[in-house]
Amino acid sequence: MRLLFGTLFTLLVAAAVGLGATYFALTRGAAFGALRIGSWTAWPKTGTADADPYARAAIARNGTLPVAVGDGVSFSATTDDAGRPLDGRCDVDIDGVTPAARFWTLTLYGVNGELVANSVRRYGFTSEEIVRRSDGSFGVTVGPRASAGNWLPTGGIERYQLALRFYDTAVGVATKAGREVPMPSIVTRSCP
Amino acid sequence: MIRWLLLLLGGALLGGIVHIATVIVLPRTATQDAYSRLAAVAPVNKVTPLPEPAAGTALMPLMDPAMALAVCRYDLSQGPLKLTVPVSPAYTSVSFYTRTDVAYYAINDRAAGRRVIELELMTLAQHEQIPEEENVTAADRLIVDSPTTTGIIAIHALAPEPGLMPKAAAAVGAATCTQTQADAGR
Repeated sequence: MRLLFGTLFTLLVAAAVGLGATYFALTRGAAFGALRIGSWTAWPKTGTADADPYARAAIARNGTLPVAVGDGVSFSATTDDAGRPLDGRCDVDIDGVTPAARFWTLTLYGVNGELVANSVRRYGFTSEEIVRRSDGSFGVTVGPRASAGNWLPTGGIERYQLALRFYDTAVGVATKAGREVPMPSIVTRSCP
Repeated sequence: MIRWLLLLLGGALLGGIVHIATVIVLPRTATQDAYSRLAAVAPVNKVTPLPEPAAGTALMPLMDPAMALAVCRYDLSQGPLKLTVPVSPAYTSVSFYTRTDVAYYAINDRAAGRRVIELELMTLAQHEQIPEEENVTAADRLIVDSPTTTGIIAIHALAPEPGLMPKAAAAVGAATCTQTQADAGR
């Protein structure tokens, strides 16, 4: 009887630890070779044939086609620069310049990567349509209410993520985080 | 007490093995991965333009709404494929994915340097069967080796502003992927 209970206990612990670790690894993005700049994170290696087992498992679980490294690189952000989760009820400012790329797109998604419904059917901006200042920098206001300039609507959802994709760029597997890759800042300005 | 601690330790070690095994097996057993999602809408060896993603209707998560996308779900068991993609005004790229959605090659319009991107896709075994002189004479022939027999080709074209989406969609819709030769042992 003691042996039976002992074996059952061990197997339960094994299942809980093993499956729990897999779940956390795949939902928190545990692939190796993360490139973190400010609150933006990219996994350039996920877009190559050298993708590690964690990246492969995450791709299969999410059902996405990753951006291939010869195509571009995709950065995502789920918090602002202060580490606060992005909240669709707040006004958030994205401000600054981007690394050199032929084109880039900024897109707002829900936590599961779905597009968020809004009244003006705007899901993001491309580098061509954004309004810039005279020095080439730009500012985007992400928020539930319409605002002047570049407004990206959140639809008032609680949590969202931002994806900044660069197409035909030198940023990739060999890039080290640092000054040569300027990324725009994300600051929560006001919350109701 | 010691006995239970030892059992806990044993469970944790076994859990590590379970973790590694599940991570490795997951891509092979996933039923909602991109390939399976596309298999429901895209026939084999044919370019299928996908509808523009919108809230609630996107086929896959994290699709770029500024990009027109067409896919060719390929199967090379009957012979190599020839792929032609007309270049759209803004930006066009062709990405190749294995059966488990790992990107192994991508090329964009600037790297291809032409008005039409032309590629041949074959398995390593099929590539080795090409006579060598043929390989040399056709120096500008671009051959891509697929690590798996089946997979996905994703053809993207950027619409720099929403009004240009029909043009980008037309460019990816005009792409073709066709089988170049029927296999002798059919």
